[in-house]
Amino acid sequence: MSDTPSAPELVHDTTREGVVTAMRAALGEGLIDSMIKPNDDVWVRVSADAWQQAGRVLRDTVGCEYFCFLSAIDWLPSPYGRGEDDPTAPLPERDSTIKQGYTGGSTRMQVFARVTNLQKHFGVTIKADVPDSEPSIDSWVTVYAGANWHERECHEMFGIDFNGHPDLRNMYLPTDFEGYPLRKDFPLLARMVKPWPGIVDVELLPGDDADEPAVSIEGEPA
Amino acid sequence: MTDLADRQKLSYIAAQAADARLNVELETEGMTLNIGPQHPATHGTLRIIVRLDGEQVIWAEPGAGYMHRGYEKLTEVRTFPQVTALVNRIDWLGSFANEVPFILAAEKLMDVEAPPRAQWIRTILFELSRIANVSLFLGDLGVQLGAITPVFMAFRDREYVLNLIESATGGRFHPNFDRIGGLKEDLPAGWITETKQVMKKLRNFCDEIENLLFGNEIFQSRLRGIGVIPAEVAKQYGLSGANLRASGVDWDLRRDQKLPLAYDKVDFKVWTHPDGDSFARCWIRLQETREATKIVDQLLEGIPSGSVMAKVPRIIKVPEGEAWVSTENPLGEMGYYVVSKGDLGPFRVKIRSASFNNISIVPWVLRGVYVPDVISILASLYFILGDIDR
Amino acid sequence: MTSAIVAADLPYWAQSLLRVLGGTVAVLLPAGTIVYLFLFKMMSFMQSRLGPMEAGPYGSMQLFAEVGKWLQKEDISPTRADKRVFRAAPLVVLTSTFLLVAVVPFGPDAYFTDFDAGVFYMLAVSSISTLGILMAGWSSANKYSLLGGLRAAGQLIAYELPMVLSVVGVVIQAGTMNLQQIVVKQNSDEIFGWNGIGFPYILTQFVGFLIFMIAVQAELTQTPFDMPIAESELVSGYMTEYSGFRFLIFFIAEFATAGVFALIASVLFLGGWGVPFSWFGWAPEGNVEIANWMNVGGPLIMFTKMMVLTGIIMWVRFSYPRFREDQLQRFAWKVLIPVSLINIMVTAILKVAF
Repeated sequence: MSDTPSAPELVHDTTREGVVTAMRAALGEGLIDSMIKPNDDVWVRVSADAWQQAGRVLRDTVGCEYFCFLSAIDWLPSPYGRGEDDPTAPLPERDSTIKQGYTGGSTRMQVFARVTNLQKHFGVTIKADVPDSEPSIDSWVTVYAGANWHERECHEMFGIDFNGHPDLRNMYLPTDFEGYPLRKDFPLLARMVKPWPGIVDVELLPGDDADEPAVSIEGEPA
Repeated sequence: MTDLADRQKLSYIAAQAADARLNVELETEGMTLNIGPQHPATHGTLRIIVRLDGEQVIWAEPGAGYMHRGYEKLTEVRTFPQVTALVNRIDWLGSFANEVPFILAAEKLMDVEAPPRAQWIRTILFELSRIANVSLFLGDLGVQLGAITPVFMAFRDREYVLNLIESATGGRFHPNFDRIGGLKEDLPAGWITETKQVMKKLRNFCDEIENLLFGNEIFQSRLRGIGVIPAEVAKQYGLSGANLRASGVDWDLRRDQKLPLAYDKVDFKVWTHPDGDSFARCWIRLQETREATKIVDQLLEGIPSGSVMAKVPRIIKVPEGEAWVSTENPLGEMGYYVVSKGDLGPFRVKIRSASFNNISIVPWVLRGVYVPDVISILASLYFILGDIDR
Repeated sequence: MTSAIVAADLPYWAQSLLRVLGGTVAVLLPAGTIVYLFLFKMMSFMQSRLGPMEAGPYGSMQLFAEVGKWLQKEDISPTRADKRVFRAAPLVVLTSTFLLVAVVPFGPDAYFTDFDAGVFYMLAVSSISTLGILMAGWSSANKYSLLGGLRAAGQLIAYELPMVLSVVGVVIQAGTMNLQQIVVKQNSDEIFGWNGIGFPYILTQFVGFLIFMIAVQAELTQTPFDMPIAESELVSGYMTEYSGFRFLIFFIAEFATAGVFALIASVLFLGGWGVPFSWFGWAPEGNVEIANWMNVGGPLIMFTKMMVLTGIIMWVRFSYPRFREDQLQRFAWKVLIPVSLINIMVTAILKVAF
């Protein structure tokens, strides 16, 4: 019982710390950053060269045999905002600083994947930077067979090449589709055609005055 | 187990031999057949291109994307509550189950926990949506194999569950009931008694289906030993749900993950099967439906009282961060990786849908099987197009 | 046919006209009744629904509504289909039904032909529908139809043999291939001296009856042997590309053939158009003085027996999933044929013994 505020409880998550240690031991310089939320989750970031090796380490050493998914994040803030701009007016200036999330990063796009250890009941989210100039990274097909489809989808949505993938064709879109839809600078056509008129969007009940909208709820469409 | 794996190996070798024989001796290629996208067997617009040698498949390739709606792009321009309404429509048969992982991820980022009553009701509705989803699967399984009668019973008994969901949430198929911090509103009066009655009916239905379909010799001979997926392959491809457990892997997210749902307050059995064939997958789903009715019964006994909504601001702004939550949905493991930048809406949502992984194994598993087995394997893997294509 | 009903000698053209009309009725009436009673109503009740209720009282006019609907549909044929074969195929299937019913006796004097080799003819003619199905599958220029046609070819040929072999037991027991004689024998014979129920051959030929019914189920491509149609895989198999009137012919042929096979089964195994003659005290051998009213009652009795047997066929159709093609073939070649051969052996031995 003292007046000074007690130090925050230091929770030790030995499993997840062990994961990071094992990966550092196996990859050395390849492991760039990591983040642990105790008893919750663990994130690691590896370099692009070590991506495939990291997958193997996760599968064999850390024991994450279960492949959950693989995808990418484009960290550029969308120049179109939330699709509320007037299409006839020029695009307003928006902040376009790239700020990555957990475990940082240095490029615009990152691939990330999630694998699970079924015995010890934990999962690992692993990220890697994809070089901006030539977005390509090694394929995980030889590590986890299920990555095949996920990489195809990632390639068609983000334009990231996967070296060593046997059959990198489009998953959803027609073969001659131009552009990479999930990149932030690819506009959502529906919002170009008809911008979202704002969050206040309640039709008047018959008989109500036009001056007095029935409900005006900011931010929470009922 | 070895017996079935050998059979699979043998059929694979036979398929290779057939291909070689065709190409060398007769100098003909097999017949390329399009199953779908318009086809009575595929649950929606899935296209499977198979190359056949007579009735045997040499290779098969699914072509998805006929129903791609661009969910991940759509979520980037929506606010968090709007995304909830959007996400209902991924797996449209058990649609409450789609909202839950997303809401849980948002709550994780906001560091908000729903009150206990809300958590229990969420779990009950989750299990009800599982029952609704899988009971349709059981009926449809008969149709895929030629038994046209059980499907009517399945739809009839599914109506009870849908009526329940509708009376609680207002929507049969797209409840849109979950909110960050709790639920939209409380349960109506008399709902609990009604649900107990319905659970009894559903258990009767499960017994009926077990007698009608699973006891039938033709059914068994159509499904046993077909489409064997060994556990290692299943894990590599990321199969989930009943497909994974049918290969002998004991993994159920309800039991093995700590989530703010009421699963740790109930006893339930996780069913596995060592065989990994189509029969195992279908059988496990039947058992899981029965188990779900028992879970609902247990949950109904002890719903805590209280409010169903935590204190959250009117305008929800989720703080910056990333969160991953996945739950044991009716189709498998469905999860959302939510990246938020402190805005009204998410920055990026990666939707990990179960059927995408489940169907990615189709090229591997369909080698060397007959055309009727293609249908039965697809039926046993059980996918929903909205789940594959998002 | 000396029409005992009319009790006068009709001119030949009138007799022929009666035959033609009778044959048409004998084919279409069972088809219609089967479709309404079993397909619309029994299947619906089994699936806990009501079936058609709007057209006519309890949906009884639904059949005519369906016929009208099919008739007024556009006649589409695929561009690359072989037109003449495509058009001829449904007719071939329906022809075999009419040819089959020509040899079925409906009463002591109510028959179309009294054929001494009736059984032989019947088994031979029933294979003509296989030709029609193959023609339909091949000429449709559709890969699914082709698959259906090929499956049908294998299946129908495979199940011809059990059908033939199961009937041989009846022929051995009756000592004749004449269907009319078989009926008379069943109704006038005695079982160990007791002629209370005649001697329907189902009692001793139950194995043959079972095999015959299974083979009939396969010949009609009904579930569990409906691989050629296989709705969830091949849409409609060999019938996929047919619409309008041609599909109607396939449809009618399917159920009409079911009815005719049931008629034949009741002739061979259940005693045909007769009730045991001992009930009426008719002479058992030689000149059988059977009352004239039996020519009216006979068709009715045949109708009843046919409905019972068709009910069983349809009941099985709505209940079971379908076999895969290779399982089907295995069942025919490795199970049904050996069993029917053993049946023949046992029948022959017992016939000599008793």
